[in-house]
Amino acid sequence: MLSIKDLQVNIGDKSILKGISLNINPGEVHAIMGPNGSGKSTLSHVLAGKDGYTITGGSIEIEGQDLAEMAPEIRAREGLFLAFQYPVEIPGVSNIYLLKAALNAVRQHQGLSEVDALDFLTLVKEKIKLLGMDEKFLYRSVNQGFSGGEKKRNEILQMAIMEPKMCILDETDSGLDIDALQIVAAGVNSLRSENRSFLMITHYQRLLDYIVPDVVHVLADGRIVKTGGPELALELEQKGYGWIGQEE
Amino acid sequence: MTSSTTEIEQLIGKEYDKGFVTNLDADTFLPGLNEEVITALSAKKNEPPFMLEWRLKAYRHWLTMTPPEWAFVNVDPIDYQQISYYSAPKQKEALKSLDEVDPELLDTYKKLGIPLEEQERLAGVAVDAVFDSVSVATTFKGKLKEVGVIFCPISEAIQEYPELVKQYLGSVVPQEDNFYAALNSAVFTDGSFVYIPKGVRCPMELSTYFRINAANTGQFERTLIIADESSHVSYLEGCTAPMRDENQLHAAVVELVALDNAQIKYSTVQNWYPGDKNGKGGIYNFVTKRADCRGVNSKVSWTQVETGSAITWKYPSCVLTGDNSVGEFYSVALTNNYQQADTGTKMIHVGKNTRSTIISKGISAGKAQNSYRGLVKVLKSAENARNYTQCDSLLVGDQCGAHTFPYVEVKQPSANVEHEATTSKISEDQLFFCQQRGLSAEDAVSLIVNGFCKEVFKELPMEFAVEAQALLGISLEGSSVG
Repeated sequence: MLSIKDLQVNIGDKSILKGISLNINPGEVHAIMGPNGSGKSTLSHVLAGKDGYTITGGSIEIEGQDLAEMAPEIRAREGLFLAFQYPVEIPGVSNIYLLKAALNAVRQHQGLSEVDALDFLTLVKEKIKLLGMDEKFLYRSVNQGFSGGEKKRNEILQMAIMEPKMCILDETDSGLDIDALQIVAAGVNSLRSENRSFLMITHYQRLLDYIVPDVVHVLADGRIVKTGGPELALELEQKGYGWIGQEE
Repeated sequence: MTSSTTEIEQLIGKEYDKGFVTNLDADTFLPGLNEEVITALSAKKNEPPFMLEWRLKAYRHWLTMTPPEWAFVNVDPIDYQQISYYSAPKQKEALKSLDEVDPELLDTYKKLGIPLEEQERLAGVAVDAVFDSVSVATTFKGKLKEVGVIFCPISEAIQEYPELVKQYLGSVVPQEDNFYAALNSAVFTDGSFVYIPKGVRCPMELSTYFRINAANTGQFERTLIIADESSHVSYLEGCTAPMRDENQLHAAVVELVALDNAQIKYSTVQNWYPGDKNGKGGIYNFVTKRADCRGVNSKVSWTQVETGSAITWKYPSCVLTGDNSVGEFYSVALTNNYQQADTGTKMIHVGKNTRSTIISKGISAGKAQNSYRGLVKVLKSAENARNYTQCDSLLVGDQCGAHTFPYVEVKQPSANVEHEATTSKISEDQLFFCQQRGLSAEDAVSLIVNGFCKEVFKELPMEFAVEAQALLGISLEGSSVG
């Protein structure tokens, strides 16, 4: 699904990612863990095509297509989804309007007609139930006045509507209490399928109790320093990130 | 971040698509202004003698006045002797129906998206179209007459309803009110006249479409709307002009009178040619719009979406004379490139329990300057007057400016006046978020700006709200977030 080879990224003159290689097969869930400043968020931003980063080496491909050549909106329409760490507010734009615009952008890209209004409402109501959100959220402005947990749930709702094939969750657990975390995790788990892959970026092991990954990578100073199964996350939780450095 | 800056610059710079010129034989006065020109103009319009005197009085007063300089705009001096004060598409006789209108003229209106015949048949919107100086067609006249509504060119009203005109013309905006109003009073050539009789709810939206076509002409239209007791009317005006290198002057006066329990809703979508992206050409839009809520429980709402003109200078106002009367002002003003706008409103509370609401949304892009200037005045007589003002500015890029000049004068201790103001910027993060949800950068800017304007758009009649949203998208192209 997603293939990253020796990816090197700079911000200005500063090297942030120093050669990352990663291969995620369809249906797999990978987690990337690492201390602050290790380059986790840079990786998610570069994958989604945010401005301000320079790729100095390596390649990123989604199903064999060169991702770096695509504009951010094309990556999104091709099925790459980023659940933001800090979802932005858009005053005056209702949630349901954004959801519909997003779905239609994807459908248009796939050569499908715009979604029928009634069908769309049925679809949204079904998905919103999945995330334990009230329907009134649909008519509020995007993320405006939402609590931290509501914002994160809203990200997963957008994901559920757009039905991407490659989902990147950037620190989705940050700012969530345990109840909200369980709801978000249940939402994500319900979207797991053999055709959809996930890349979870997180500082803490906590999220991985609820969304159990197939593979765990540890990122430190712009490199993947260790790769293992779910047990690696537990080990990190006990020993801290310092342990990785000492071992090498 | 430079790559996205250029990208967004491209977005906000779409070309003005109403900038074509129609080739018509026109009957145009030579440039220049003096008493003879005004006399000739009045004669051309077959006006009764009182009108000529009224005009000359205004002209003589105008000669003693100087252009106002307090607005936050840079205006090159205007040579009033270089303007032609009358231009009319040539036609042989008076028109009896739309079938007799010059097909090329009708074609122009079609290009502008207002096919007159079709509107008459389908839309249920009555349209008066003013081309340069004269009104070319008023649709739906017959149907309106059945309920007693008068909707006709003001030149016709002067001849056919002189008593109404005499009573109300200049009663809200006096001839000597300000420099441009005095000039307009002297030389106005056409505009719309509306009278809604007692107890009548006007059965359809009334609409006027203004277009400046001929070169070196000014457009000085005059609109007068009278809503008699317990009547109700919704009125819309739209404006466009061809692209020309020189600046053209548009100095209109609009007067609204609402008697006891009457309601007037006045909506404007203004898209005059704004000049090119280097600031060359464009319309000077110096307009005086004022409503008098003369009767008890009367109500006037101004809703405006302003995207055009090189310079806009306009303050649709309400004088709340009647007890319990209500004034509202909802405005979206968008400036891009070198456009300048100094716009806002005045709410003058005279009667008891009068209420006013001001919602102003200013959007600035490119190198444009956008100012809100508002006056809330509560006289001693206005017990329990209330005002709420909300003034929001959105900046697109880092070379534009937004300014707010609120004036509050309160002479009545029981009054309650509130003012809220915010300034925000479209952020890179908002843009990226929308793109990550599959929207193009262009659609993302349009989505964010439309969200910002939502409170005003919801006040527009449905079909015009759609037009206004599309207009914002076009006007924003090529500006930069930076």
